[in-house]
Amino acid sequence: MDKETLLGWYRQMILIRRFEERCDELYQLEGKIKGFLHLYIGQEAIAVGTIAAREAHDHVITAYRDHGHALAVGLPAKNVLAELMGKATGVTGGRGGSMHLASKERRFWGGYGIVGAHLTLGVGLALAEKYQNTDGATLCYFGDGATNIGYFHESLNLAKVWDLPILFICENNKYGMGTAVDEASAEPSMVKRAKGYNIPGKQIDGMNIFEVHEATRKALAACRKGKGPQFLEMITYRYEGHSIGDRTRYRPEGELDKWRDESDPIATLQNHLLSESDVAESELKAIQDEVDKEIEEAVQFANESPFPALDTLTDHIYPEA
Amino acid sequence: MARLTLREAITEALRDEMYRDEKVFVMGEEVADWGGTYAVTKGFLEEFGPERVRDTPISEMVIGGAATGAAMAGLRPVAEFMTINFAFLAFDAIVNHAAKVSYMFNGQFDCPVVFRAPGGGGKQLGATHSHTPDVIFAHFPGLKVVCPATPYDAKGLLKSAIRDNGPVLFIEPVPLYTSPRVRGEVPDEDYTVPIGESDIKREGSDVTIVTYGEGLHISLEAADILAKEGVEAEIIDLRSLQPLDLSLALESFKKTFKAVVVEFGHQTYGIGAEIVAQVQEKAFDYLDAPIKRVAQANVPAPYSGELERSALPNAEKVVSAVKEIL
Repeated sequence: MDKETLLGWYRQMILIRRFEERCDELYQLEGKIKGFLHLYIGQEAIAVGTIAAREAHDHVITAYRDHGHALAVGLPAKNVLAELMGKATGVTGGRGGSMHLASKERRFWGGYGIVGAHLTLGVGLALAEKYQNTDGATLCYFGDGATNIGYFHESLNLAKVWDLPILFICENNKYGMGTAVDEASAEPSMVKRAKGYNIPGKQIDGMNIFEVHEATRKALAACRKGKGPQFLEMITYRYEGHSIGDRTRYRPEGELDKWRDESDPIATLQNHLLSESDVAESELKAIQDEVDKEIEEAVQFANESPFPALDTLTDHIYPEA
Repeated sequence: MARLTLREAITEALRDEMYRDEKVFVMGEEVADWGGTYAVTKGFLEEFGPERVRDTPISEMVIGGAATGAAMAGLRPVAEFMTINFAFLAFDAIVNHAAKVSYMFNGQFDCPVVFRAPGGGGKQLGATHSHTPDVIFAHFPGLKVVCPATPYDAKGLLKSAIRDNGPVLFIEPVPLYTSPRVRGEVPDEDYTVPIGESDIKREGSDVTIVTYGEGLHISLEAADILAKEGVEAEIIDLRSLQPLDLSLALESFKKTFKAVVVEFGHQTYGIGAEIVAQVQEKAFDYLDAPIKRVAQANVPAPYSGELERSALPNAEKVVSAVKEIL
């Protein structure tokens, strides 16, 4: 992997982390963001590493913890932030909010708020590719909590019965809201669950962007070769609560510190860059400064943007004829 | 011009649209080999092949969701629920996803999916298989809901539904599928019936009957009985429940000053409740009598034939309701 590519990954991961940290402040200290806010801090390597492996015509669809994916597909931070603040300049015009970011242009079909529901939409996106004999694959993300809902099982089953080009990416961050995987899942190995539907699966260190990227690249190639659905279980950890206001009392003392100190995805990449890729600390510092500037410009843009005009309330209930 | 049953008209619309547009395909339980449990897609597998006529597992959530996703990606799926009773299992996919993706994502995504759902009671199928829950689906902005009562409307409305860029729930009253009295003239050539427009099915000056689906036919029967007694009923067929067009109903009411709403769903919170509310809002000064509702009794459908029939509307009940307000 060349240096430029790796620095690009680093930049995106830093951007997501800083973006999320700033969102936390905008919500809790400044009251500028309302409703639900599910932060992606800790899981950055997955969105960045998987999306770096996609072709531009591959589909991306995910759940409600979607800021990282939105930024990774290249949506400008200022428009994502404007959306979280309910502004007309937001990526979905202030109609979607944090959980419902999307961009048709970037084949990012959304963030979805109902656990597991979008897996069925992902199956439909993959069906459209197969039906039209085109070679786009679908990257469909969800958390460990989604694997206990009927949508998950019906989606994996049909995807395999029809052998659709879809890559299921389970971001296993250990907890579905506040319930640990072991307490919620009769079979805690997500890979085993996939195998129950004859879908090949692999468990990946989701904190290591190199592993994430390589596994995704191979899985997407398999989709494109007509080998049907693929499954990756990314082991990761979310540093913040499920949503704002969750004090994470369900986590054992020291668990978060251990993950952050020993496995942080950004630190992991940073160490690699400094020790193996001939990158100077000053280069990383320059990227961090650039990202900080971008975030502050985004905040200013979002603050200054207008709210949607009230006479647009009923626009888009139905698509245009 | 041929005289078709309602079911034949639906089949013809589907076949026409599949020939017209390669993006149109059907999916659902037993739609291929079996030809549909009500035989609507009989012969389609041989005619169009397995890519375009797709049997699914018994998995309503993914039938609803995958059809929605495929529609967002540009196909025009016609997803069949074996009966509308099973669409409850796909409720979230239909009303919380298909119906929301246009609005929620600021108009970026179209969603040209049709959910076909045979519905209606009176077939001794028991409590879980006999619902007429149309009004529940019509509650949600973003989902169009139509229900034809004649072969002409069935063919024209299904074509409109398939060509619509948003999601449409197409409800087919099973008791009308092969009924000889419902058989009617259907043009061979291409035509559409617009979604969201009601239609006058009988002209009259003494009372307005607002109805749709199976209700149309018992209302026509009731009108014949009333005519013999010198009472001329005007009958408005809603055809679409969402968007709801009450313009003809209001016009008629301002002429007759009396109205009865006939529907096969349960009375409580039904279509009738909505219509009565709108009529009193928009034509209060024309009210000469209470607006009556004829609907299914508020009980789960019992199995036993006569008992089940006693809970459902019929022509006699419509006649009685009209006489109460004359």
